[in-house]
Amino acid sequence: MEHFSLALLDWSRAQFALTAMYHWLFVPLTLGTSFIIAIMETIYVRTGEEIWKKITKFWMTLFAINFAIGVATGIILEFEFGTNWSNYSWFVGDIFGAPLAVEGIMAFFMEATFFAVMFFGWNKVSKGFHLTSTWMVAIGSNISALWILVANSWMQNPVGMHFNPITARNEMANFWAVLFSPTAINKFLHTVSSAYVLSAIFVLGVSAWYLLKNRNVKLAKRSAVVASTFGLISILFTILTGDGSAREAYRVQPMKFDSFEGLYYGAKAAPLITFGVFDRHRPSLENQEPKVFTSKFEVPKLLSLMATLDPNSYIPGIDDYIKGNKAMGIVSYSDRIKMGQTALASLKTYHEALKEKNDSLASTSLKTFQDNYKYMGYGYFKDPYNLIPNVPLIFYSFHVMVGLGFLFVILFVLGLIYSMKDNLHTKRWFLYAALWTIPFAWLASEAGWLVNEMGRQPWVIQDLMPTQAALSNISSTSVMITFFLFGVTFTVLLIAEIRIMLKQIKQLNDGGH
Amino acid sequence: MTQLIKYIFHFYFDGFRNMTVGKRLWVIVIIKLFIIFFIFKLFFFHDFLQTHFTTNQQRSNYVIEQLTNPKN
Repeated sequence: MEHFSLALLDWSRAQFALTAMYHWLFVPLTLGTSFIIAIMETIYVRTGEEIWKKITKFWMTLFAINFAIGVATGIILEFEFGTNWSNYSWFVGDIFGAPLAVEGIMAFFMEATFFAVMFFGWNKVSKGFHLTSTWMVAIGSNISALWILVANSWMQNPVGMHFNPITARNEMANFWAVLFSPTAINKFLHTVSSAYVLSAIFVLGVSAWYLLKNRNVKLAKRSAVVASTFGLISILFTILTGDGSAREAYRVQPMKFDSFEGLYYGAKAAPLITFGVFDRHRPSLENQEPKVFTSKFEVPKLLSLMATLDPNSYIPGIDDYIKGNKAMGIVSYSDRIKMGQTALASLKTYHEALKEKNDSLASTSLKTFQDNYKYMGYGYFKDPYNLIPNVPLIFYSFHVMVGLGFLFVILFVLGLIYSMKDNLHTKRWFLYAALWTIPFAWLASEAGWLVNEMGRQPWVIQDLMPTQAALSNISSTSVMITFFLFGVTFTVLLIAEIRIMLKQIKQLNDGGH
Repeated sequence: MTQLIKYIFHFYFDGFRNMTVGKRLWVIVIIKLFIIFFIFKLFFFHDFLQTHFTTNQQRSNYVIEQLTNPKN
């Protein structure tokens, strides 16, 4: 894109990425551990075995540490919307505000109320009420995530709104269309289930450490059973919803979908690349250089099958979108740029006509604007090739996420088998593997967000608003300063979390060996 | 009713008093909220449109101007 200050854009994006990625270090552990704790407490209530109460309370302490350190880190993102991204904040109108407001109210009432019972209520309320509170914290936390993810999904696939050309704001036309858009459903299910996987790996990894140290063996073995079972179910669901998310991306964000697979050129019966190394960052599409990968391993027809459920279908590549493909009904990006420019020009004319009270001109320019609004965002570009996202980054992030996801399946299957055979404590290689998988759970999770957000670029709202047009007219220096302030603050918080958690883990002694 | 209020008060009071790890966590939470709301929000994160304009009409005019006349 050719407009606006690049320094401001880069620092604003870097700051948002930094805060969002740090925020996401804490959130998935909260989402998943809350359910794991609820399952453990359910077992305690059903069996009456005191060991399960001790197990529940131990993981609840780690949950509390993570929750306390992570809480409110997401508020900073909302600050950034108002300060750095004011055009965007105005443009999205109540579409973004409504889900976030619902999230705030629900989170407060569900989490704050039941949180206290969960931590202070042992031996003070009935077992049933305490268990209900624990489940409500889990459900409340996850419902909070729903509203945030609905808002994010709208940016990927803006539906259910009406753009008001007088105020330049989007207005909610159909709340249910926003809430139940296939993008939102897939994103929510995929994101929360991946958070459950991360939490299960955390619980399994910490349990493995106890078994390696021959400490808290009973607690560790039972925790490992819950973590492996919960993790296995969650990872299978994550794969299923990931497949749905990818198919949804093919439908509404085809450039992102092509970036998953580095598909620069369309292909019939397109193969799925399971492993690949890029030859260069950006092959020259203008010169039709077909060599994209130096080495790759691919599964024939699988990409076509996964995208369209037809193994022989044609999957358009990036080239098809840039140049257009009449047979596939794809409008070229050059044409979209022209229509976008027409939309922007007619919006400007419309407002000038309103000022001059020229009703006839206002009416015709409004009609022209509405006819071309669908591609308004393209009007900010001159070169269609600037509409291609960072394909190698998305490709590698996607493959790291997917590759690790399948490794997690193996981890949970083995964890479950060894737990069922009651020989988990003897499999030291597996225990080390489980322990060292903990950071990879976060790596996969963050890679998923990179795929989601970088894959949407150059858009902040798909097809309607490019990232640069969303910026406020502020100094890049102030954004740079707060970038480093956030970096320091979040790093201190992360170190505090790790230190407190490690201390709690190390000092636990259930007396069993 | 008074009994219920007393029960709820003691529930929270005793809960906070008997916290172990929680006390340190509360200190962290309070410091963090102070940094977020009294340093970041107060000094660095003014809402751009709220600060620069007084009415929604002015804000929408400004955004339309920004959107339809992008800087070169």
